[in-house]
Amino acid sequence: MTGYFEKLMVMGEKEIRRALVRLSSEILERNGGIDNLMVVGIQTGGAHLANRMMKIIEKSEEKAPESGLLDITLYRDDAPMLKAPQVGRTDLDSDLNGKKVVLIDDVIYTGRTIRAAMDALIDFGRPKSIQLAVLIDRGLREFPIHPDYVGRTVPTAPDERVEVLLREEGNKKDRVIIYGTDENAPAKKEEP
Amino acid sequence: MNEGLDRHLLGLEGMSREGIEQILDTAENFKEIAKRPVKKVPALRGKNILMAFFEPSTRTKMSFQMAAKRLSADTYSISTGMSSLVKGETLIDTVRNIEAMAVDMIVMRHGFSGAHRFLSRYIDKPIINAGDGWHEHPTQALLDMLTMRDNKGGFEGLKVAIVGDIAHSRVAHSNIFGLTSMGAQIHICGPYPMIPMELEKLGNVTVFPTIEDAIRGVDVIMMLRIQLERMSKHLFPTSREYSTIFGLNRKRVELAHKDAIIMHPGPINRGVEMEPDVADGPRSVILDQVTNGVAVRMAVLYLQMGVTQ
Repeated sequence: MTGYFEKLMVMGEKEIRRALVRLSSEILERNGGIDNLMVVGIQTGGAHLANRMMKIIEKSEEKAPESGLLDITLYRDDAPMLKAPQVGRTDLDSDLNGKKVVLIDDVIYTGRTIRAAMDALIDFGRPKSIQLAVLIDRGLREFPIHPDYVGRTVPTAPDERVEVLLREEGNKKDRVIIYGTDENAPAKKEEP
Repeated sequence: MNEGLDRHLLGLEGMSREGIEQILDTAENFKEIAKRPVKKVPALRGKNILMAFFEPSTRTKMSFQMAAKRLSADTYSISTGMSSLVKGETLIDTVRNIEAMAVDMIVMRHGFSGAHRFLSRYIDKPIINAGDGWHEHPTQALLDMLTMRDNKGGFEGLKVAIVGDIAHSRVAHSNIFGLTSMGAQIHICGPYPMIPMELEKLGNVTVFPTIEDAIRGVDVIMMLRIQLERMSKHLFPTSREYSTIFGLNRKRVELAHKDAIIMHPGPINRGVEMEPDVADGPRSVILDQVTNGVAVRMAVLYLQMGVTQ
C-alpha cells in the first residue's frame, strides 16, 4: 500500500472479539437459534470472520449451523476494469433453498460486493431470506444496501482505506486500521 | 495479476511456471461451477468469442464453447466447410473481417503449424490456440496437467511416460514443454520414425526403446492416439503390429508405479493404442481429463481476456 499512512487503529484484539460475540448473539436472537440458518462467509476476510463466528455460535448452541464459502470475483461489476482478478474458492454444498442465509463480510463500503454476493447466492437456489453481518460499516454506500448486523460504524472519506488485519492472514494481532493518503491530516479520533 | 501470461496463448513452449500455475489454480476454482444448479457466472458477460475450427473437432470445440457459455460470453463459430476460405479468401482476410465485427477473442484450430503465431502479427485480439498442425495444443496439455496435479499433487520429480507417435502429436509437444518446465521427468517411447530427433536435448526427456522400459516405475502413463488420418504407409504398416509392440495392456500397466494413472487425449482407437479393459479400468482418468478440460478452458478464456497488450 504505497502512498498510504496509518491514521487510526479503530479496533484491537479485544474489540474485535467482543464485536464478533455480540454479532453472533444478535444473529441467534433474531433468527431464534440455528434452525434453517446458514452462515456464508465472503472470501477472503469475511470467510475468516465467519469461521470465528461459527465457533462462537457452536459454543452457545452446542451445534454448528450450516455454513458456506462464497467467492464473488466472477460477479463483480468492475471485473473487466481490474483485468481478470484472482478467483477464489466457492463452497456451497448444502442446499440453500428455503434457508435463512447470513452473509458475513469484513467491511461494507459501496455495497457492490454485497450486490455481487446476492447475485451469486441466487444462482445456487432460492433462500428464504438473506441477511448481512459486517464487522465494519465505513459508510459511502453507492447501492441501496444496508447491513442487518454491524460490529462498528466508522465514518470515512473515499480516499481512506479500511483494513481488517487478521491472524488467519499471517498478521501478528487482529486489528482494524484506517489508512489515509495525507500524512499530516489530523486523524478523526474516536472513542472505542 | 496475469504476470507470466502473454497476450495470446499460442503454446506452452516458453511459458513461465507462474503462468501455468495461474491457469491451473484458476481452473481448480472454476471446477465447482459445473456442480451448481445454475452452471453460469457473469464474468465474461457481453464478450464475443469466435470459435474458428478449420479442422474437425468434437470435444475441443464443445469444451471451449461450454467454457465460454459458463462464463456468459457469446460464441460464434466458423468451420472450414462453411467459410469463405473455400472461395479463396486468405486466412488473414477471413479473420480480419470477423475482427471488424468486434469480436473480443479468437479461439482457433488450424491444420498448419504456426498458423496462430502468423495470425497474431496481424490481429490485436487475444488468439487462443486450440491446436495447430503438428505443433501445439496448449489447452489439452493444461487439462492433462490439471488431471495429473489432482491425482499426484505436483510435478516436481513426477515421472510421466508418453507413448506413441510423438512427432505428429501436438498434444505430446505441449505436454513435453509444459511438464518439463514444471520439473517433471518425461519418458518417451514410440516407433522410431515417429520420435523427433534431438528430443532429449530439451532436458528431462529420455527416449526408451521399448514400452516396458518407458513405463517401468512411472506415475503417469499417457497414451497418444495413432492419427491414422495423418499417416502414410511408410510410417505405419498395420494397427495390429503397433498394438503388439506399443499398445497398453493390463500386463504392461503392472510395470508402472502401483498408483500410476492412465491418460489418453481421445478419441481412443480401442484395441490399438490401448486395450478396452485398461481404458475403462480403475486407473484410467480419461473422463476426468474431459471434465477438467472445461474448467481449464474457462480459466484460459477468463485470464487471457484480462491480459492487456
